[in-house]
Amino acid sequence: MSEQTIDLKKRRFLTNATGVVGAVGVGFVAWPFLSTWKPSAKTKAAGAPVDVDISKLESGQLVRVLWRKKPVWIFKRDENALESLNSKDLISRLADPDGTGNSKNQQPDYVTSNFRSIKNKESVAVIVGVCTHLGCSPTYRPEPGASDLGGDSWKGGFYCPCHGSKFDLAGRVYAGVPAPTNLVIPPYQYVTESLIRIGTDQKNT
Amino acid sequence: MKNKQSWIDQRFPLSKVWNEHLAEYYTPRNFNFWYFFGGLAILMLGMQLLTGIFLTMHFKPDAANAFASVEYIMRDVEWGWLIRYLHSTGASAFFVIIYLHMYRALLYGSYKGPRELLWIMGMILYVALTAEAFFGYVLPYGQMSFWGAQVIISLFGSVPVIGPDLLIWLLGDYAVGDATIGRFFSLHVIVLPLILVVLVFLHLVALHHVGSNNPDGIEIKQNKDKDGIPKDGIPFHPYFTIKDSMVVVGFLWLFSAVIFYAPALNGYFLEHANFVEANPLKTPEHIAPLWYLTPFYSVLRAIPPLFGSQFPGVLAMGAAIVIFFALPWLDRSPVKSIRYRSPIYKWALGVFVVSFVMLGWLGLQPVTPTNALLGRIFTILYFAYFILMPWYTSIGKTKEVPARVTE
Repeated sequence: MSEQTIDLKKRRFLTNATGVVGAVGVGFVAWPFLSTWKPSAKTKAAGAPVDVDISKLESGQLVRVLWRKKPVWIFKRDENALESLNSKDLISRLADPDGTGNSKNQQPDYVTSNFRSIKNKESVAVIVGVCTHLGCSPTYRPEPGASDLGGDSWKGGFYCPCHGSKFDLAGRVYAGVPAPTNLVIPPYQYVTESLIRIGTDQKNT
Repeated sequence: MKNKQSWIDQRFPLSKVWNEHLAEYYTPRNFNFWYFFGGLAILMLGMQLLTGIFLTMHFKPDAANAFASVEYIMRDVEWGWLIRYLHSTGASAFFVIIYLHMYRALLYGSYKGPRELLWIMGMILYVALTAEAFFGYVLPYGQMSFWGAQVIISLFGSVPVIGPDLLIWLLGDYAVGDATIGRFFSLHVIVLPLILVVLVFLHLVALHHVGSNNPDGIEIKQNKDKDGIPKDGIPFHPYFTIKDSMVVVGFLWLFSAVIFYAPALNGYFLEHANFVEANPLKTPEHIAPLWYLTPFYSVLRAIPPLFGSQFPGVLAMGAAIVIFFALPWLDRSPVKSIRYRSPIYKWALGVFVVSFVMLGWLGLQPVTPTNALLGRIFTILYFAYFILMPWYTSIGKTKEVPARVTE
């Protein structure tokens, strides 16, 4: 009768091997469960482009539409507003005025630098109305010199009520506020002179 | 009777459990006011479970109907308003109790050895409870629910590299919506309550293994009579079961006063903006989390964006909670209780309490330059309490700890 001995080394190897295979199995099984949290097919379909008719948009007026469940602002800037966006006084107060620093992924490449709108359509701005800090929707404060927003240094723009971030009328962030980057410009295009489609890119002409 | 008991005891350790945890579980006889809150926390857990079960019967967890179903509970379901207020106001009462329970641990050094694991389980419970409260606050789908969820979930979006994808995965959509409500409902009514109940059980197992600390910070087990019973201990049952039931009566009296006369407590327990249905196009004028999360929210606001990212602020906010876990190892003092600590520790604790309360208050206020500065000062003082602790607990003269409890 042979002596029965326990090969502890082999036992430990088998225990570890079983553990590893089991862990891989748990990983595979976890995947379907975790995947259920991803946007469903229905949700993705609801993320389709949105058309907005701007023929009735007055100067200074702002309309909000939902695109991918996010508020998107379409608003018209007057001559004074456009002029102020180009002014050195304003630009010196901004964190990343030309959108080449931290904000370089916040806009499609076909928008102009200071107005952040499609070329030759400078007066109309299309901006995702979600603060780049923590996702609140900033308030439209177009009136220059608003006393609660710093008086003369305020050139008009957007103020986030949640944490006090400030943006100009092109959605560029002021320096020294909680928001780290400029507001996002969504991909958009002009289907006709008065119809904007949000969610698809402007074809280069 | 005796026969029935032994019939059960042969099959289930009923008498053993009863004796070990109640009739022969010896508790320090010098417990004071600060020791009311552990028992009250269990009462509140029971109350939230009971009222939650009944609210679940009437609530509809989808974005289109959630707000209306809460109003339906408030107006059309018989006594529904009471069940709902018990639950919503109960959440705030739960946090009042938990914060006092935690403060007790700071006062009497209850986190110090051999109670480190007890403290850590308690901290995990606290984190789970804040998650539970957050998910619950989103469910009625009012304006604060929506925008509060938007802000808190956006914190995950600030994680470098994976942030934006993580955000969409957590939301199940491109913004807070129907998919978000569904998963938050599941987490709120099943996942976290299960975790909380299991953790409370483990917390009690650990407590009954090491025994309660007391206002003198003395280990009563080191002083036993010839029968092995701690000389300064009295059986939990009937002494503390009777005392705690009186505490429960007193607490419920105060709690009822809030429930019946000021269930929303002027916007502190239920914010005004949450009586308006969620609107993804418009953020309310002023948003703030509920009062029990505002100290950490203030820490978040105190940190400016660094390197073009909001993430450092998020890390600081996380650290403000996580640093509590390290308390047993940061504290180098040879004594536990505040009664025998050095004056410098008393000052440090005082400054910490003021900082915590001030950060909480600032978190409810709108951002102004003064508030931002105050927020930064109190954030520094808050962290100084922990970071300097190894230093200030090892200097300064402590008083001699008596051998037996003093009351």
